[in-house]
Amino acid sequence: MLIYDIVVVGGGPAGLAAAIEAKKNGIDNILVIERDRELGGILQQCIHNGFGLHIFKEELTGPEYAEKFINELHELGIEYKLDTIVLDISKDKIVSAINTVDGLVNIQAKAVILAMGCRERTRGALNIAGTRPVGVYNAGMAQRLINMEGYMVGKKVIILGSGDIGLIMARRLVLEGAEVIGVLARGGYAAGLGRNVVQCLDDYNIPLMLRHNIVKINGKDRVESVVVVKTDEKKQAIPGTEEVYECDAVLLSVGLIPENELSNNLGIKLDRNTGGPIVNELMETDTEGIFACGNVLHVHDVVDYVTKESQKAGKAASEYVKNQSRSIGEFIKTKPEKGVKYIVPQKIGTDNLGKTVELFMRVNDIYKESKIIIKLDDTVIRQLKRKHMIPSEMERLVLDSRLLTGKEESVLTIEISSEEE
Amino acid sequence: MKKKEMICIVCPIGCHLEVIEDATSESGYIVKGHKCDKGRVYGIKEMINPTRLITSTVIIKGGNLPRLPVRTDKEIPKNKIFDCMKIINEIEVEAPIKMGDILVENILETGSNIVASRSL
Repeated sequence: MLIYDIVVVGGGPAGLAAAIEAKKNGIDNILVIERDRELGGILQQCIHNGFGLHIFKEELTGPEYAEKFINELHELGIEYKLDTIVLDISKDKIVSAINTVDGLVNIQAKAVILAMGCRERTRGALNIAGTRPVGVYNAGMAQRLINMEGYMVGKKVIILGSGDIGLIMARRLVLEGAEVIGVLARGGYAAGLGRNVVQCLDDYNIPLMLRHNIVKINGKDRVESVVVVKTDEKKQAIPGTEEVYECDAVLLSVGLIPENELSNNLGIKLDRNTGGPIVNELMETDTEGIFACGNVLHVHDVVDYVTKESQKAGKAASEYVKNQSRSIGEFIKTKPEKGVKYIVPQKIGTDNLGKTVELFMRVNDIYKESKIIIKLDDTVIRQLKRKHMIPSEMERLVLDSRLLTGKEESVLTIEISSEEE
Repeated sequence: MKKKEMICIVCPIGCHLEVIEDATSESGYIVKGHKCDKGRVYGIKEMINPTRLITSTVIIKGGNLPRLPVRTDKEIPKNKIFDCMKIINEIEVEAPIKMGDILVENILETGSNIVASRSL
């Protein structure tokens, strides 16, 4: 059996940042396991710019962002295995992995960092009738095919879902010579960032079709057309509004799911709201010595936040390895209330607090001119004004730790109060 | 008085800007709603000469992958995007390539270079 201090599962932005931070905190014996043929994860296919504004103070493309971290990993001499998939992690931190060179290997770790990322929701999760022809792609899959494999997915394309990947792929397709019929949003607003609506759709005159949905895909071998309907306030199809659009490809950008099969098998408790493990402020799961960070924990929209969160996990894992124990302390639980979809971390151990505590949350609807109200039990401890909040933009809140010390067993709630009400 | 509302694309915050023509100010425009100076500069530039960074891929031979991601190292005028894409589509390179290698210098006289955005 191989023995490592820390095993990091996943070599994307989260895994890289966590491993590097752990190494910098004095842990020499680290192994990163990546199932792809190279490190960098999703960043390698995100060739557009807009990464690294917080951390590097410059606008990088995904591959550039990844390469900076991969270079640092090499410089620090951190070990990694490519083309290797983790099959199982046991409660006593034995990681079973397999590849074509080593066969099946068991690795005893002192701490494990889960950084498996997320995957795309597929057509099967939607109620789209019709045939199953070639030409129906998840937007991220199409992104990989076009940007890395050099394979164009279609000539006349319709995109369902107005999240950032859908918007970015609309522009990418037009630049590569395809016609994009439109980007459909089931709700009354684009799910992605405002800047992406401007620079990906408006710049190229690509229609944003709000309150529309695809209900049927036609085509024998290849996609031939789709049936589009208008949707009502509840995002339900309005009968009689069907329209047929001819196209040869359909892109689905309809959500991301944290990839937690390993965490589940291990018996780690997940948060229904995030789809990821329940963690404390050190990014430690409910299983001692197992940490989680990045999109496996909750789906992020800005990679710099992934990096910072993963650095936290890397540092905490290295402390855990050095001390071989943790000071659990009593926990403050966090609980999303009205208007809030989720909060990470789900619990805050009052023993480990630094100067500030960082909370990440998402709203569940669009809120204009509203307040984020943070309460400890029934007392308001902080109020923050926001001009504009949308579900696709994660909010980062920083609390002074003094507000929380000595408040063990309290419940911290966050709610949104809209002044328009 | 001419006035234009726009969403700033400099960073993910996406400030809602209002750019108002104003002969008395130095640039000829007043910008409202921006949270940083980059937003003010963006608002004015968007009125005078909108520019964008272009990212795409080129064919690479002998690498681990058949495509190499590339970018313009500076923004180019918006109306030159498709001419720029035509040139990018003609490029073919041989591995190895290093991140930052210049593939086309001063594309379309814009002062911007096409550079590799990863090593391959």
